[in-house]
Parts: sequence; C-alpha cells; structure tokens
Amino acid sequence: MAEFVQFAFAGLTIGAVYALVALGFTIIYNASDVVNFSQGEFVMLGGMTTVFLGLWGLPLPVAALGAIVVTVVVGLLLHRLAIEPARGASAVTLIIITIGASIFLRGLAQVVYDKQFHRLPSFSGDDPIRLLGASILPQSLWVLGGAVVIVTGLWAFMNRTLIGKALVATAANRLAAKLVGIDTSIIMALSFGLSAAIGAIAGLLITPITLTSYDAGTMLALKGFAAAMLGGMGNPIGAVVGGIVVGLLEAFSAGYISSSYKDAVAFIVILAVLFVAPNGLFGRAKVERV
Amino acid sequence: MSLLRVEGLKVAFGGVQALKGVSFTVEPGEVFSLIGPNGAGKTTLFNIVSGIYKADAGKVFVADQDVTGLEPHRLAARGLSRTFQNLQVFPRMTAAENVMVGRHLQESHNVLWHLLGLPSVQRDNRTSRARADDLLALVGLSDYADTDASAMPYGALKRLEIARALAAEPKLLLLDEPAAGCNAVETQELEEVIAEIARSGITVVLVEHDMKLVMRISRRIHVLNHGETLAEGPPDRIRLDPKVIEAYLGVHAAEVAA
Amino acid sequence: MKLAQRYLPVLIIAAIWLVLPLFFSSGYHFRVATLVWTAALAVIGLNLLMGFAGQVSLGHAGFGGLGAYAVAVLPTHFGVPPLLAFAIGVVAAGLIAFVIGRPILKLKGHYLAVATLGMGILAYMVFLNEARLTGGPDGMAVPRLELFGTRIRAIETWYWIAGAAMVLGALLAVNLVNSPTGRALRAIHDSEVAAKVVGVDVARAKLVVFVISAIYAAIAGALLAWLSAFVNPDIAGFLHSIELVTMVVLGGMGSIVGSVVGAAVLTLLPQLLTAFADYKHLVIGLILMTVMIFMRDGIVPTLLKLIRRRGS
Repeated sequence: MAEFVQFAFAGLTIGAVYALVALGFTIIYNASDVVNFSQGEFVMLGGMTTVFLGLWGLPLPVAALGAIVVTVVVGLLLHRLAIEPARGASAVTLIIITIGASIFLRGLAQVVYDKQFHRLPSFSGDDPIRLLGASILPQSLWVLGGAVVIVTGLWAFMNRTLIGKALVATAANRLAAKLVGIDTSIIMALSFGLSAAIGAIAGLLITPITLTSYDAGTMLALKGFAAAMLGGMGNPIGAVVGGIVVGLLEAFSAGYISSSYKDAVAFIVILAVLFVAPNGLFGRAKVERV
Repeated sequence: MSLLRVEGLKVAFGGVQALKGVSFTVEPGEVFSLIGPNGAGKTTLFNIVSGIYKADAGKVFVADQDVTGLEPHRLAARGLSRTFQNLQVFPRMTAAENVMVGRHLQESHNVLWHLLGLPSVQRDNRTSRARADDLLALVGLSDYADTDASAMPYGALKRLEIARALAAEPKLLLLDEPAAGCNAVETQELEEVIAEIARSGITVVLVEHDMKLVMRISRRIHVLNHGETLAEGPPDRIRLDPKVIEAYLGVHAAEVAA
Repeated sequence: MKLAQRYLPVLIIAAIWLVLPLFFSSGYHFRVATLVWTAALAVIGLNLLMGFAGQVSLGHAGFGGLGAYAVAVLPTHFGVPPLLAFAIGVVAAGLIAFVIGRPILKLKGHYLAVATLGMGILAYMVFLNEARLTGGPDGMAVPRLELFGTRIRAIETWYWIAGAAMVLGALLAVNLVNSPTGRALRAIHDSEVAAKVVGVDVARAKLVVFVISAIYAAIAGALLAWLSAFVNPDIAGFLHSIELVTMVVLGGMGSIVGSVVGAAVLTLLPQLLTAFADYKHLVIGLILMTVMIFMRDGIVPTLLKLIRRRGS
C-alpha cells in the first residue's frame, strides 16, 4: 500500500509538470494551430536560467523572477521571428520550424550555460512528509499546489478578464475574432508569452526534484505532447487530465514493470492515442470539406 | 441495366441533414443533370457516389453492382471518374503529367520494375504521354502540355480536370460544376466537349448551375432542394414545373408560371 | 524525356564521385567524402518519402540504427557472417516499415510527424537499454566486412563502396520518379483525394515509398557502422533524425542532387568549423528554421529557379 501511494505521488508530481507543458501546447495550438515543439525548452529555461542567475550573484527569488521574464521574452521572440514570418505554411513546416527552434534553444543553453546537471534548492526543505506509509517530498506539494494555482489562475484569466476572453475567442474562430476587432497577432504573441511563463514556472517547481540540464527539454516536450494528445488536442481540461494520466502511467510502470523503459511510456501513449482514438479523450472529430 | 443507381441516400453532418433519402437511376449513354439551389446537397451526393464520404443510409449501384461504401480508387476501377467543384489538380505537375496520372489504372503497378527502369516502364510512360497529348488536344489545352498546372488559368484547369478524368477510360463521368466561372465562349466550348464525350459512349452525370447549358445538353434532369428530390424529368417538363420554379425564384414566380 | 535529360542528376553525382579523389591528398579527405556518400544515400531515400510523396518522418534514423546494429550485434553475439547480417538488417527494416507503415501513414500533418518521432525514439531507447546486446550508451565495436577473404578496412575502399551505393540509390530513385509509381506519389503530394479518385491506391503507395526509404536508411546505417567499425545509440537518436530532415530540406525537397548537396553541407560544416561540436545544436537549429521560413524549396530547386528566370 505504501508503495502504491509512493508511486502515485511520484506520478502526480511529474504528471503536474506534464499537465503544465500540455497546457502550454494547448494555449498556443488553440490560438494559432501551431504545435510548438519548443514548449519543453521553456521548462528547461525556467530551471536553468534560475540556476545560472543565482550562480552569477542574484538572490534566488530574484533569479526565479528573472528566469520567468527571460523565458517569456524568448517565447515572444520565437513567435515574432520564427512563427510570424512563416504564416500560412503547412502544419508539417511549422512543426519542423519549432523543432529547429527547440534545437537552437538547446544549443544556446549549452553554450551560454553549460552541459552539466543542475539543481535548485527545495522551496521548503527536504524533510519528507509521511503520508499513508509513504514518504512525500515537500517539493512535491509545491509542484502540485503550483499547478493548481496556475490552472485556476488561467481559468480566471480566460473567463473573467477581457484579454482572456479575447484569447478564447481567437481560439474558437480566428476570422470572427478579427472581425470583431481583436488584434489576433497580439493574441498569438500573448499565447506564446503565456505558455512560456507557464513552462518557466513549471521548470522552477520541478528542478529541485528532477534536476535540469540543457537537453531536458526534448523529453518534456514529447511527454507534454503525449498528454495533450491523450486529452484531445486543443482541450485545456484534457491537457491537464492527460498530463496526470501520463505521469501516473509512467510512475506505475517504472515502479511495477521496468524503470529503464520508463520514458517509453509516453511514446506508447502517443502511438496508442493516434491509432485508436486520434481525437483523444475529450476531443471532437473534424470533418473535411472537399 | 442502369449504369448508376442510388437508393435512399441519407447523410448528416453534425446537426445538418444534407441528404434526406435521394434516389435516382441513370441510363447508359445519357447526359443526366443534377440541379438545385446552393446547399441542396448535389456535391455531397457526388462525394458519396465517388466514395469520398460514406452515407448514413442508402445504396449506390454501378452497372447493377453494389458499390456502396467502396474506396474511391476501387470505384475508379469500376469505371467511375469525376471532376471537382473546387478544383483538385496537381499544381506541381505539368498539364501532361496531370492527365498521365489519370491513366494510373491502365499502367503497370510493379514497383520493382519501376525502380529498375525497365524498357516496359518506358513504354508505359510513352503510351501514357501519347494518350495525355490526345486528351489535351480534345479539350484544347495542347499548348499547356509542359506547363505547370500552377501557372495555368482557371478556365484551363477546369478543362484539365476533364482531360484527367477521361484518361481513366471511364464508363461513368461525374462533372461537378464544370462551367463555374466560365464566360459564354468557354461555356459553349465546354458544351461541345461534353457532347463529344457523350457521343463516344460515356455516361455523363452533371451538376451545374448554368441553366441554359443544362437545358440544352441533358436528356433528364433531377432537381434537389434541401437534400430531397423535388422533381425529375426531361428539360421541357422541369422548366415548367412550379415546384422547381418556386425553389429557384420564390413563390410569386411559381404563381405567375401556373 | 530524353535518356540523358532524365539521368542527368545521376550522371552529375557519379561524375563528382569519380573525379573527386583526384583532388584528395589524405585519408581524411576520403573519410569526409565517404561520410557524405553514406548520408546522401539515407537522404535520397528520405527525400522520396518527404519531397516526392509529401509525407514526413522525424524518426528515420531509427531505421539507420537498425541496419547499423544488425551488422554489429549479429556477427558479434550470434556468429552471423557480416554480409548475411547486413541482409537481415535491411530486410528487418523493410518488414518493420511495412508493419508500422499501414497505421502510421493514415495520419497526416503534425500527427504523422509526432508518430514517426515517437517511433524513432522508441528504437533509440531499445538500442540504449539492451546493453547486453548493444553495449548500451557506450556503443560497441563493429566487426569488419569481409569480401573475397579480405577484411575491408581502408577508407579508400569504403569511399568507392559507399559512393557506388549512393549512385545506385540515385539511379533507382530517378527511375522510380519517372514511372507510374513516381507520378502517383507526386500526385498524392499535391492532392490525395484527386489521386484516389483516378484510381491510385494511396495507402499502398505511401506504404511502398515508406518501405523503400526505410531500406535506403538501413543500408546507409550499415555502411556507416562498417566504415567506422563502431556504433552507438546516437546513430538512431532524435538529433540524427532531425539532421537527416535538415539535409532533405536544405538540399531541396524533391531533388536528387539536392539530397547530396544537403548531405554534403551538413557533413562538411562540422569539419570546417572545428569549434562546431559545441555549436552543433545551435547551427542545425538555425539552419532548419531559416530554410523552412525563407527558402522552403531548398538550395538546388531555388538555384534552378533563379537560373531559369535569368535564362528567360
């Protein structure tokens, strides 16, 4: 029983990160139909930048804030320099561009920072909390709590603020949004900035547990994508649910089956979803007009 | 033996019932037209007959054989060919190559032979090219043979699709609004091409909005409105049918005609 | 199309292959060129899939890894003669492509991209984790190929073998493009629905080109393993798959000569910039983005278009 709770908590914790990555994917995908492969790099940048700003002399809270700002700027630049100029390109072209961007960002981190693994101190210490016979890291609770705050904040933003509603409108029908006066270009930039911020915060939250390095982004992007696909591409609730499910599946298969193929779980999920139910758990099928 | 028979075709998209149970028969060698206001379901019907959509209910028979639900390429093997309302040419290929693709079923499918570039493959290429040249001449596009389709004008592309559809040596040709966007001269040339096709023994089913063309060229006309059959018969009868007039021009016009 | 005109790309590539050694002054030159030829072979195959048929594979290095590890593992652990191991690896790659191709190629756009990416990474993980067979992350030595009793070791010999394989690959590719299958593939790229309607079995055609491109990649992988006498999981890794895509895109989608150009640029770049190793990701990422945004046709087609415009 204790083992089960242990795995469950590990799964929920990492699942919360996947959920945040998936959420970032969803926000950008809804606003612009782009599958942003660099989503994982935002998480990496959040962690790595905090580490290095700290190493370069800034107190950690300031470094964390700085890291979020830097990542948001990177997200905005990505949109402005790589996505905007390629308007109207095919879905495959766009995903290749974002893959190029993710590799570029990885190379940048490698050069500006370094190739080592890095850790951040846990927010409230490392003394494990005992729960139902299992040992839970306090940082896990920070991750879960942080995820809940972000998801709630996002929900409030989308439903209670004007800009948030403009984002939702653009996602629903870009042309109609333009026609009612929404500057969709700004909305798309906003979606990139928002996703970058969410990714950076996720990076901050998880680095004390999983460490980070310049190439941590790829796997995160793929697993986040698996989660988004599982939940139904474009569905924010689906993204969160998908993230938790992928995280739990990973933790349980690592615990009960084999830990060396732990990373394979997400890919098997992707393939299973694509072949069995391409629209995911909550998605809707699209009809093509000829 | 009818060449095409549809029975009770029904299909819905989301909450919209696009076809509510349409049936008709097309006899070999005739020019049969499908008309109706926009949204009547004509192209949807074409898409079902050519295997691109699956109907929710109903059957399709080609030469009295049940072909309901078959994939488009299998229908092509049964002698069915079509053009598209919204043009589906191959823009990166030349006009000749576009038509050559139409001959796919007549060519060899042995990939190993193709990789090795054997003389039989070269013969296939030459034969297909020759046939493509003939068909391009038929529709008046010989000058464009080696021009990329993306560089050709709209009217020419409509005729290119017809040439490509003919390359498949069909028994049944579905033409989806071939005169759309054509001026009077082009429509006249189109009419001659369709007549030539019909003379060569190919059965033609036409979806069209150009009423003059439809009235002149059709043996029978089937009128659809809101996914249902409104009327069917020879042009002279359809022209005067009050239900048809009402569908197109409104209740007052129908009263005037009655 | 006249014979010479049709085979011009092959003649150009063959001419360069035959003439280049006259300018070589060291084994190093031979080695770099040989690396280009093996990469070009994989890229030609991938180009058939991406450039002509309009599909995408972001996991193609997985097939290369299969060919490479076949000639490493089978002789080392199972005593299989290298040539037979090669045949087994290539056939296995074709079979796997055949089996996963059917379901995967039903997908389109970014779904297809991610599915192939996932497949490639799964292959990489197998090579990484089955350390008892594959040597794990440290890789393993590859027994040399033996032909007519002699071990093929000299890089000059590999230059001729790899080059010949590439020229043969280019020849078969050109034949395929100028055949009914080639036209069907190009048609599928432009309009799948129209291709279906004229009788093209689109699912079968996509599968055929996927299998062919997998075989090209497997052969290239085996050659690479033999000439390096060493293989490690990176050969099947995500970055290598992306490198192959970058070579296709840079050289020119749908251009056989472009495949060789793309392979050459991305193989030579690390050799020219000695500090490149640290900047590899940066440069590849930058090239990929820039080409896909500003020069989507790639080098060779863009040059050809410029030349044609000057001429007219």
